[in-house]
Amino acid sequence: MPDYNWPEPDSAALVGKRISRVDGPAKVTGTAKYTYDVTRPGMLYAKVLRSPYAHCRIVSIDVSAAEKLPGVEAVYVVQGAGTEIHWQGDDIAAVAAVDEQTAEDAVQNIKVQYKQLAHLVQEEDLSKAGDRAKPAAEQVVGNPDEAFAAAEAVTVEGYYGTSVVTHCCLESHGFVAEWEGDTLTVYPSTQAVERLTGQFAEALKIPATNVHTMMQYVGGGFGSKFAVDRWGIAAAHLAKQTGKPVKLMLERAPEQMVAGNRPSVYAKVKIAAKPDGTLTAWESDSWSTGGMGGGGSPPMPYIWNFPHQRKRHTAVSINAGSARAWRAPNHPQGCYVTMCSIEDLAAKLKMDPLDLVLKNIALTGERSELYRQELLKAAELMEWKRRWHPRAQGSPGPVKQGLGLALHTWAGRGHAAECRITIHPDGYVEVSTCTQDIGTGTRTVIAIVAAETLGVPMEMVKLNIGDNHLPPGGSSGGSTTVGGVSSSTRRAAMDAREQLFARIASGLGTTAENLETVNGTVRVKNDPSKGFTWKQAAAKLGVNPVSAMGKNPDEAKGALTSSGVGGVQMADVSVDTETGVVRVNKMVAVQDCGLIVDMKTAESQVYGAMIMGIGYTLFEERVMDEITGRMLNPNMEFYKLAGLADTPEMVVHMWTDAEQQKRGVIGLGEPPTISPGAAIANAVANATGVRVPTLPLTPDKVLAALEKGGLA
Amino acid sequence: MQAFEYAAPSIKQQAVALLGNTWEDAAVFAGGTDLISSMKDNLLAPKRLVDIKGIKELGGIDFTPAAVRIGALVTLEQLLAHPRLGREYPGIIDAAAGVTSPQLRSRGTIAGDLCQRPRCWYYRAGFGLLAKDKDGKPLVPNGENRYHAILGNQGPAYFVNPSSLAPVLIAIGAKVRLYNGSSSRDVPLEQFFVTPKSDAERENVLKPNEIVTDIIIPAIPAGERLSATYEVRQKEALDWPLAAAAVALRMNGGRVQSARVVLGHVAPVPWGAPDAEKVLTGKRITADLAIEAGKESVHQANPLSKNAYKVQLARVAVKRALLRAAQGGA
Ligand SMILES: Cc1cc2nc3c(=O)[nH]c(=O)nc-3n(C[C@H](O)[C@H](O)[C@H](O)COP(=O)(O)OP(=O)(O)OC[C@H]3O[C@@H](n4cnc5c(N)ncnc54)[C@H](O)[C@@H]3O)c2cc1C
Repeated sequence: MPDYNWPEPDSAALVGKRISRVDGPAKVTGTAKYTYDVTRPGMLYAKVLRSPYAHCRIVSIDVSAAEKLPGVEAVYVVQGAGTEIHWQGDDIAAVAAVDEQTAEDAVQNIKVQYKQLAHLVQEEDLSKAGDRAKPAAEQVVGNPDEAFAAAEAVTVEGYYGTSVVTHCCLESHGFVAEWEGDTLTVYPSTQAVERLTGQFAEALKIPATNVHTMMQYVGGGFGSKFAVDRWGIAAAHLAKQTGKPVKLMLERAPEQMVAGNRPSVYAKVKIAAKPDGTLTAWESDSWSTGGMGGGGSPPMPYIWNFPHQRKRHTAVSINAGSARAWRAPNHPQGCYVTMCSIEDLAAKLKMDPLDLVLKNIALTGERSELYRQELLKAAELMEWKRRWHPRAQGSPGPVKQGLGLALHTWAGRGHAAECRITIHPDGYVEVSTCTQDIGTGTRTVIAIVAAETLGVPMEMVKLNIGDNHLPPGGSSGGSTTVGGVSSSTRRAAMDAREQLFARIASGLGTTAENLETVNGTVRVKNDPSKGFTWKQAAAKLGVNPVSAMGKNPDEAKGALTSSGVGGVQMADVSVDTETGVVRVNKMVAVQDCGLIVDMKTAESQVYGAMIMGIGYTLFEERVMDEITGRMLNPNMEFYKLAGLADTPEMVVHMWTDAEQQKRGVIGLGEPPTISPGAAIANAVANATGVRVPTLPLTPDKVLAALEKGGLA
Repeated sequence: MQAFEYAAPSIKQQAVALLGNTWEDAAVFAGGTDLISSMKDNLLAPKRLVDIKGIKELGGIDFTPAAVRIGALVTLEQLLAHPRLGREYPGIIDAAAGVTSPQLRSRGTIAGDLCQRPRCWYYRAGFGLLAKDKDGKPLVPNGENRYHAILGNQGPAYFVNPSSLAPVLIAIGAKVRLYNGSSSRDVPLEQFFVTPKSDAERENVLKPNEIVTDIIIPAIPAGERLSATYEVRQKEALDWPLAAAAVALRMNGGRVQSARVVLGHVAPVPWGAPDAEKVLTGKRITADLAIEAGKESVHQANPLSKNAYKVQLARVAVKRALLRAAQGGA
């Protein structure tokens, strides 16, 4: 049996190098077909009637006028008379018609009588939440009272928060559904091609074997695309009713209202340290919402294991669309609250926050030595020691510059995945696994691993993904995909290679153990003159290809993935203190994630994460109106995202060393989005001398904080 | 969006003949960047669209000794690309450049920019231009009014005029030429915009059967071409100004002979600031004077519950526009 491991950096031809994503050309030339692009013969278009109210009961619903409209082929009531609706935009009825316009007109012809009920759509003012607030039990570690009461304790109190933000997938959620007899084919826009199979089967009460799901490209998910959703089931019903394929994609407004969001958090925090900066105690009162469900409870204190802690968290249920996993669920919120309070403490102690976190680094536990090194590396790339100044003691003039930092962590162990590799007699290699590339470079990583293992150029590797008839490849969430699919691919490729060796070894006058694949050849170890080109070797297979399955995890075949990554980010900002406008000048990210399969797509994840981070730190906010119960900015105009021009200089340093090599492949998609909020907000505090308590850091809030003044 | 009839006349007489007596009958379709999205959002449902893009006489920028004529169809991009316009009216260029979307600049026209409907999010969500609940109570004063008016906001209108070009065009004395098929009338741009008092009224004096054909700007002698626009925008990429100011100065011996200061995005109409103009007259422009003018320009501001910060932004916009304009003459 071969030794299942990863190639060492010096012998690797592809792994760890800078390789452009294999589907880049298809994406930029438009040949990549997304679900939004799918059209089927005779296809109908579906539109959904959505609740205009945040909280109401459906008294009656009359679809007859819609049904009679020429061009309308079916109406499906999702939630009928008597149903209580809990948020604006919730699905009420769906219409399938010959074109989008007719479907839209039909939706407007559905007559619904609503009884409006009292709503709550804002949560920052907890005193208004009443019985919508559900406090969890207090958690205590050590003896916080004693620690805060200690004579020498230096304490700082603060208020910090981040608003609800939405996922803003460029391609909205949606499906194309098509029946043939009692078999359903679905083209979803999803992060979970395979997982949807069971969800559709269960909802439609058909055998899972009768569901075929297929998707090649998805325009973003960020954690919001794991489910069939009510509208997916509606599309399937409409397709069944009409006997025709039905396409149902959300418009931008419902995409923003009902297709997922990241819970808010608001927290009153008190922390204490010894006069030398040694952190001692943490106390927090926090609350958050994720819609009716109340929202998650962010880890606090984040990363820093204060010896003494008291924590209280309250979930608030409001009448707004439900939260879904959002890139590193709960971590950005926990990181923001924790790192901002630590920065405020450093300011009070008149310490450089870099010194303060280095001093306390042991509180971060087993990662502390790596964090220390990463902090020093980031500081070097930011020229922190030369450029940092105490709060508000930077440049004269109205535009103030400042630096801030934050640290983060994530698990990211490779998920369960299976993969089949076939080596065809013509030398082409086929890799089949039902994963999906959500933009993270999954295709590229699989191709790299297969090509590396077999010693062939990547062009000879053909990928079959995004089809539930393939071996299960897992959902793309939790940054678990890269570890999962690269490990299963590696094992399958090694086993396929063994089989190939076994079948051709005698032709080279040797046995399988003595063969190796190098740079397009199969040759005898220690005797490179004896060998075949890859094509010659494959041709020896005659008419029977070689095929092997690989899976993850597979204890017997090495540990190719592990868990736990971390990183440090630093931000350099300018704040116009006359207008409150914040600009990010530069960001530095130092990130570890085990063995890196493709340096280029890995860095890309970090760049993208920082840009997304600038968005939620400076611009993004779901604006809810308490009077009408509506979301006021369900668009890309007043729901503001960072654009190219708002993107600063970004320096990414991926941590590679023998230790990371040994840890195998670990996920990366989520962790680098965790730190930007705190790093940028801390830089703003450093620049201006005041804490702007809540994200996004909009001009109104920056000016208000400046006017109020505070800890200088 | 309701189905509509589409007409594409090639001369302006035909265009006006195709319009109706009410706004529901027909709408002028220029770049369509605002019109079409308003129709998709069911805010407007004209029975006919009169596409004026094929009418040659509505295009072009012409200089005569007395005036500059800018055709209604001139796009923001064409304004930016016109070197002489840029030299003589730098404030127009500042404003057009602020619309940082190449798509919008290439498609959006100057008349469309002046006639575009407000962006008030209650209006855009279907609560009407005056944004009222079903009992007729205004939503803005106690609602989410961070982007709303701080001046001229005693009601019933609380939205802000969205045009980036209007403040500077008013500051340099522009008129709009309106045509109804039989005659044209020139309206000073500051009189073009009005604050609606009821749901039956609109934000300008244009009638349903009129079109804007030209923007006429008086020629300014060399040496007096000091104008600037300063917009406070949160984002560098496409975003609306939070507050803006345009300034046009006539200087005499290093002193202000006359000044026009017009604020944008602070009131239902572009908001002239005569008190700031008075402060400037006869003085040399200094940083302190600019600050004072900024203060004067908003001393009557009456912010709503969540937009007091815009008072400060308007002050700063005036200060910075003044300093920028003054530099242009250096
Ligand atoms: C996200 C976003 C950001 C934007 N940011 C800015 C900004 O910062 N500053 C800014 O100024 N603008 C901004 N715009 C608006 C943009 O500049 C306008 O939509 C554009 O200028 C309108 O021109 P148009 O030719 O497309 O008008 P259309 O959409 O064709 O028309 C707009 C309105 O004007 C009427 N109209 C047009 N031409 C005439 C005419 N000749 N006679 C009579 N009526 C006419 C139409 O009937 C319609 O009611 C933004 C738009 C968006 C979507």
